[in-house]
Formats: sequence, C-alpha cells, structure tokens
Amino acid sequence: MKPASSIVFFTTASGAGYGMLFWLGLLSALGDLPSSTAYGMTALFIALALITLGLLSSTYHLGHPERAWRALSQWRTSWLSREGVAAIATYIPAVIFGLTWLLTGRGSPLAGVLAAALAVITVICTAMIYASLKPIRQWSNRLVPAFYLLASLFSGAICLAGITSFVDPIAAQSLGLVSLFFGAAGAVVKFAYWRQIDTTRGTSTAASATGLGHLGTVRSFEAPHTDENYLLKEMGFRIARKHAAKLRAYALLATFALPLAILIGILAGPVPVNTLVPAALLAVVGMLLERWLFFAEATHTVVLYYGREA
Amino acid sequence: MTSLPAPVAGAKKLGLVIDLDTCVGCHACAVNCKEWNASGHSAPLTDSNAYQADPHGVWFNRVHTYEAGDGDASRTVHFPRSCLHCETPACVTVCPTGASYKRAEDGIVLVNAEACIGCQLCAWACPYGAREFDADDGVMKKCTLCVDRIYNDNLPEAERVPACVSTCPASARHFGDLGDPNSAVSQLVASRGGYDLMPELGYKPTNKYLPPRKAAPRPTATPAPETGAGSALLRWIDRALSR
Repeated sequence: MKPASSIVFFTTASGAGYGMLFWLGLLSALGDLPSSTAYGMTALFIALALITLGLLSSTYHLGHPERAWRALSQWRTSWLSREGVAAIATYIPAVIFGLTWLLTGRGSPLAGVLAAALAVITVICTAMIYASLKPIRQWSNRLVPAFYLLASLFSGAICLAGITSFVDPIAAQSLGLVSLFFGAAGAVVKFAYWRQIDTTRGTSTAASATGLGHLGTVRSFEAPHTDENYLLKEMGFRIARKHAAKLRAYALLATFALPLAILIGILAGPVPVNTLVPAALLAVVGMLLERWLFFAEATHTVVLYYGREA
Repeated sequence: MTSLPAPVAGAKKLGLVIDLDTCVGCHACAVNCKEWNASGHSAPLTDSNAYQADPHGVWFNRVHTYEAGDGDASRTVHFPRSCLHCETPACVTVCPTGASYKRAEDGIVLVNAEACIGCQLCAWACPYGAREFDADDGVMKKCTLCVDRIYNDNLPEAERVPACVSTCPASARHFGDLGDPNSAVSQLVASRGGYDLMPELGYKPTNKYLPPRKAAPRPTATPAPETGAGSALLRWIDRALSR
C-alpha cells in the first residue's frame, strides 16, 4: 500500500497527541501531575496541537477536503466516520478540562477522564479503519489495534514525561516508568506482528482470484495496460525485502531501543531526567518510520490479478 | 446511506455473467465501456497523457490474460475484471459520507459523486480492484452497470444492456437478474458451473464467471495414405523421400 505522507504523519502525530491527552486527563484527575497552570496549559496545548495538525494533515489525502464534514454521517457502518465523530467529540471535554484548569487552578477530573476515554476510543477507531480491511492481510490482524493503542499510549506518555521534566522531575520519573512499561509492551507486540506477517500467507491466491486454479498454476500472461495504473500505484506499492529489514531495524532502534535505554538510565539514576525530551523526539521520529513501513509492507489482493504475491 | 439494504428473498440482483471459455481478449468491452461512460453517469473519465509516455486514466473494466496449467494441458484465458456488485460490499460500508451505496431495487453499487470526499478507503476495501480514483474530479469512480443505459427509454429495447455486453463480439458477456433462479443468466450459471471470485473473503459477488470448457483431446497426426495417380517411378521416389 502506498505510504501517503499525510496519513503517516496523521496517525503518528494524532496518536501521540491522543496518548498525551489520555495521560494528562487521567493522571491529573488522580492528582498525580504538577498543578501549575502554565504546565497544564502547555501540555494540553501541545497535545491538542499534535491532534489538530494530524487531523488537518489527513484531509490532504482527500480529493475534496471541503466536503470532509460529510464524513461524520456514517458512523453506523464506517470506522472512518466513527473516527471523525470521536475525534471531534474529544475536543469538547478536552477544552472544558483546559478551561477549568485555567479558571480554577485544577482541571475538572470528570472532563479529564472523559477526554482520556474519548482519546482512547479515537485511537481504536483509527486502528480499526485498517484492521477491518480484509483484502490487506497485514492490516486485517488483531495485533494492529493492539499496537496502535500501545504506540499511542507509549508516545503520549514519553512526550508528557518530556514536558513534565521541566517542572517536576519526580512526576516525570513516574511518567518515565509508565512509558517504559508501554514502550516494552509496544515493542513486544510489534515483534509479534512482524513475525506474524512474515510467516503467514494470504488466504487469497491467484487461483482463487481468477477461479482458474483447477487448470493448474495461474500465471499472468498479459496485463490489461502497458503502464502502472491507479490500482498499482495505490495498492501495488512495493518495498524491497532487504530495505524492509533495514528500515525495521532503524524503526525499532529509534522508537523503542534507544528511548527505552534512556528511560532505564533515568530510572536507575545515572542519566539526567531532562534527556526525556530527546528520548520523546526519537520515539516519535521512529514511529513515523514504523508507520511508513506499516503501509509500505502491506499488500492488497488486487495485485494477485497482476501476477504478484499478496 | 452506507448501511446495506436488508436482504429480501427473491430480490432483483442485476449483474453480469462472463464466459471465460468464449472471451477472446479483444478488449472491445473495455473500450466500449470507456466510450459510453466517458459521457455517461460518471463522466468524464480522466485520461492523462493518453498518447504520451506514462499514460493513465480511469477504466471500469480491464482485461487480463492468464496462462493456467503446464505443458500440453496449459490454457490461455482472457479475463475481464470489473465491479462484481457484491451482495455485501465492504466498499459501501466503509464509506464515511454515504456517497457509496447499494441500490435496494436492483443491487447496483454506485457512487454519488456530489457527496464523495475522495478518501479512497473504498478502493482499499475492494479486494477486486473495481474502484479507481479520478484525480481530476477528486472522486471515486466505478462500474455503474450502465445504469444510464439499462433503464433508458430513449434507447431501443435491445440496446438496454451494459455497453460491455452490447459490444462483445464473442457473446462472452451476459446481463440479467441473478436473483431470479429462472432467468437466462441464472440458468447459464447453473448449467456451466458459474463461480464467484475470491469467495473466501465473503463479499458474495453478484457477477459470476463461467470456467473454460474442458479442452477437446488433441488429434494425433497420422500420415494420409498415398492414393493419387502417377507413375510407379514417381510413387517410388515419393516413398523414398518420405522416409
């Protein structure tokens, strides 16, 4: 599948933003975060900025961005529509949470918890857009929503830890511990995911796509057209296996290995707590690469008609 | 609405039956489809650089050619591919705007170009590659089963069939109601063992494909006995040279 940069950026940035909003809303409701208004406003602003930039970026993928509002109507059947509804609904408690923090010195715990819940729901809806597509075996996979959720909670926690490190090193350390847990879980799930897509094959084949399997092996003799068409450009994107292996290693290193090593160093004592900021940046950049690969490595059944593997 | 119409027993299911035994791979169906639809319901159909390097454009119907089997048993099969107007089309249910819909009255899957935001999720959701994005219009386009022909009172009745069906020189394409077990197309499917593409994915395509018939056994060449007139000498020379 073609990795459209607008969508790669959207899922990564909004994922991190919703993760931050989740931890900010939940932990401040529990009274575990610094109470300064400047801190609360900065953290909330960054979370909402990531979410909003991501959502705006996603509209660049549309042929008619001015009609995007129509996408809120079909929540009964469409995960994309549900995502849109959840994304917009999240702003309501998030803004109330911010206003109450600004006006009373403490964010409304109810609004915080509601924002946290809606943030998680939005991330799950995003993941289900992909996980519900049966023609793409690398996406139609239970590990996809599991990873999207863990990636969002990890990147959100480590970003919030980075911001918190300027104000309250103790709270930042606690968030570092949370990041460590969710980062490790995310890495395990990503490994399992890669293993699964590498060792399984699609149920559909050239034989079932053409129904000609009873004649013997089916080989493409002639394509309908001489150049790449929309289907091949959009759904026939190919990445060399050797590059995929290298990129996976870089993604793993930047997203998980280095940030988790820094987190362990901070929690064990020797590494200063303000290295949480570069750790968070590394994790987000690594996740951009991971998300690019999520698209680039996915194959669609339509390529079976063109004599390729899916 | 992108909710699918409730299935009704005996409901009309308009669709195509494509005979892979008689298709000669001439691409006339694809060309006539393009010709009709370039000015029909989903007009225009983009063509960029049509006569230059890197041509691309929207086609509702594309004809592949496959080889199946090995050696003497191998077959060349021409394979037209277009929207199958599935009974449970994910391209409809994933649509966030309601632009994609399946008609309750005849099962045709259509796109309302006025409401389509061009998110292309339906193209991802279709396993058969039936939907193509028109970059000029910014909306998704697909086979309409020539909805603007089959009900068109301005056309003579014989022409009220999809453009691909009307043009096929080999009569490899048949149009009709696959929801009616007594229709000509349903009878054809029953008698020839018509099948679904990728049935394992559960989209329940309406269109059916008829498999190539079993190849007749190849005759083995036997030299014709020498009859004909001619002198004994010439016959002897012929025999000697034939050795």
